[in-house]
Amino acid sequence: MFDVTIIGTGIVGCAIARELSKYKLSICVVDKDTDVANGTTKANSAIVHAGFDAKTGSLKGKLNAIGNAMFDKLSEDLDFHFKRIGSLVLCFDGKDINKLHELKEQGIKNGVPKLEILDRDKLSEMEPNISKDVVAALYAPTGGIVCPYEMTIALAENAHTNGVEFNFEREVTNIEKVENSYAIKTNKGDIETKIVINAAGLFADEINNMISKNEIHIMPRKGEYCLFDKSVGNMISKTIFQLPNKMGKGVLVTPTVDGNLLIGPNAMEVEDKNDLTTTTEGIDEILSKASLSIKQVPVRQVITSFSGLRAHSTNNDFIIGEQIDAENFINAAGIESPGLSSAPAIAEMIRDIVVDKLQPKKNDKFNPIRKGIPKFREMNNEERKGLIAKDSRYGKMICRCETVTEGEIINAIRRPLGAKTLDGIKRRTRAGMGRCQSGFCAPKIVEILARELNLKPTEVTKFGGNSNILVGKDKETI
Amino acid sequence: MQEYDIVIIGGGPAGLAAAISAKEDGIDNILVLERDNQLGGILNQCIHNGFGLHTFKEELTGPEYAQRFIDKAKDMHIPCKLNTMVLDLNSDKVITAVNEEDGIIEIRAKSIILAMGCRERPRGAVNIPGSRCAGIYTAGAAQKFVNVEGYMPGKEVVILGSGDIGLIMARRMTLEGAKVKAVVELMPYSSGLKRNIVQCLDDFNIPLKLSYTVTNIKGNERVEGVTIAAVDENRKPIKGTEEFIPCDTLLLSVGLLPENELSRNADVKLSNITGGPEVDDSLQTNVEGIFACGNVLHVHDLVDNVTAESYNAGKNAARYVKGTKFDGTKIEVVATNGVRYTVPKYINPENVEKSIDVRFRVGDTFKDRFISVYFDENREMHIKKRILAPGEMEAVKLTKAMFEKYQNCSKITIMVEGE
Repeated sequence: MFDVTIIGTGIVGCAIARELSKYKLSICVVDKDTDVANGTTKANSAIVHAGFDAKTGSLKGKLNAIGNAMFDKLSEDLDFHFKRIGSLVLCFDGKDINKLHELKEQGIKNGVPKLEILDRDKLSEMEPNISKDVVAALYAPTGGIVCPYEMTIALAENAHTNGVEFNFEREVTNIEKVENSYAIKTNKGDIETKIVINAAGLFADEINNMISKNEIHIMPRKGEYCLFDKSVGNMISKTIFQLPNKMGKGVLVTPTVDGNLLIGPNAMEVEDKNDLTTTTEGIDEILSKASLSIKQVPVRQVITSFSGLRAHSTNNDFIIGEQIDAENFINAAGIESPGLSSAPAIAEMIRDIVVDKLQPKKNDKFNPIRKGIPKFREMNNEERKGLIAKDSRYGKMICRCETVTEGEIINAIRRPLGAKTLDGIKRRTRAGMGRCQSGFCAPKIVEILARELNLKPTEVTKFGGNSNILVGKDKETI
Repeated sequence: MQEYDIVIIGGGPAGLAAAISAKEDGIDNILVLERDNQLGGILNQCIHNGFGLHTFKEELTGPEYAQRFIDKAKDMHIPCKLNTMVLDLNSDKVITAVNEEDGIIEIRAKSIILAMGCRERPRGAVNIPGSRCAGIYTAGAAQKFVNVEGYMPGKEVVILGSGDIGLIMARRMTLEGAKVKAVVELMPYSSGLKRNIVQCLDDFNIPLKLSYTVTNIKGNERVEGVTIAAVDENRKPIKGTEEFIPCDTLLLSVGLLPENELSRNADVKLSNITGGPEVDDSLQTNVEGIFACGNVLHVHDLVDNVTAESYNAGKNAARYVKGTKFDGTKIEVVATNGVRYTVPKYINPENVEKSIDVRFRVGDTFKDRFISVYFDENREMHIKKRILAPGEMEAVKLTKAMFEKYQNCSKITIMVEGE
């Protein structure tokens, strides 16, 4: 019997797991996928919003600024990248400036510090590549960028180190109330638990509706993105939003924490919760909308496009708390933007509920510190020499675009909750994320994965399931 | 800091030929840096034949062609560092590299020859819509899996792009037991060599769909099929022409890009057309003492041309080390009217001994046209061409006599003409 079982290993599930590992609780986390961060967390804008956007009084409005303020400490303790680069909301029409002021007022009510309206001159100075049509902007210095899967991996590893049990490829098929506990039915047997926390992202409605008559509905809402080569990553220095107008919500243009340029997303309701396809129309739409914000969209520098699905709840706000008709079943559902920014605050909110119910003691052995994989590309030559002297595999280059060594890849496989797939390696080391998009390193990484995990090369997958990279040996079918 | 006269970055066909030629010209203190675990570059995975018809007057496979140069470099005791990745290069010609044995290496060279080759354009560069599941590879990655590792990346294949690697892989996948359902080409012509279309597609009854593109990729975990559609003259898909092809693999052969990240660090000026450095007739870049050759300079059709060009680069780097300066007045070579670019882009007539080959590619297919060379306003060459295609590299030979005839020439123009 576990004290707490968390369903879902996205940013929210992992933040909760890590937060609860500060207490003497037996905690289990389950996920249907092979790795953490495989749903909404893996594909979004990767923005830590300042917090002026959501309606005051909503959970989104309340938790965003609180969560935002927690990132500095978290990134330091858990060794993930976070840059507080600031954000701008661009206004293209003098008649709309009052809307900037409204946003600013809302931000102040939401607890966002240091908001400022900037005129054209100040903007040009700040962002020389911004479009000539911009007349003013709302500047939020606390806005930031982060890598959502890097952060989630860090949270999960730290939770794991502090005693949380992780179960992958374990799909929840039903939840049953048993006396004072729950039996979570899965494809790999039952899990008995006192408390269930539903952090199942796009599937949080299905989980909730297994146990509660108070149904919720999650609509997958697709957003498409284009990612650009690092050579244009410094075109702008801040996250640039567009003031919503009659043309719609607009798209953002932002540097990523790894130094690329990212634009997107659009928004489209889709039926299928696995529909991560991109469309010509969608990509055209975001490219054309982005051209309003910056002088020239460097279309020739696109290295990949992708889409993500927002877990949009039909009541338009986060659903956080104990379900009214299911005692000890706690939702962290409907977590869409600003979900990433709010995640640390959501975790604390859930913690308060759990602590209130179970009154656990503090875990004196809790270690808040997690060290990431050494990053060759970020080191100076002296540090590199030291690393190679200790382990020569850090001198063997595997991914030339992102400068990732064999040492880093082996570390990614062998560390707690280590990588099992090509995407797992990619998200832990960035191997395959560069301008050649894994053309050169994929064969080498397949080989390393096979060797380290004692698999046949044909058993290595991109992201689990039937996503095998290779289907057989040469001439096998002749 | 280690010191060398010449350092060659890249031990593929370009780097090897440049190293051999520099050594033949009397420079002993040279070093080849190769990132892979063997010399030969991409030739090691090009196990098909057709290499060396010009250089050796016989037909070799890629590894055989490479081996001739590897053996020669070995015989000549040219030092090579394998598994060595160059991390940085600056305009002072200081190289930072890394490998397992030496750790971080810093090298200062009097001259550097860029021979890093090229890479394939990925899916994102052409923004193919659809799923991001397993089963989508560049043709070169698939070639590595099949020819070097011995594993098949798929059983039922559609190939987008009819560049040479795409064509070669259509045949290879077929020979290894896969079914290649179609090669789809956006343009109304193939960008590959004619001989490859005949030998790799026609001989195996693989359909080549010209003016078609892939408009969707279907599949959750592994590719289940692709939708292809005809395109109009603006290369936009035509509604109603969509056709779904079930397959488990999509191979991409959608263009090659010279790998010039290091060159950029060294302030080497790059051409917007080729993506490679702008060089003069000595193959020197705008940075004195830095030369470039092979696919890092411009994507070649035949390795024989890479070899010839790289011999030249090695020879000139050797001359530079011995004191020759490749400055002086240079004439710009302008590519226009159907000609996309030329290599070299600048010529110093004083450096031309007997003649100089100017290589170029055309941007479209042309039938029964002329290649014309103008020295200022004077048409000096006018060569009838039955067919011109983007897939084949063209060359014109400019002779010493021509430069003597037009002593005050300020511009050479190369173009396609009707008459």
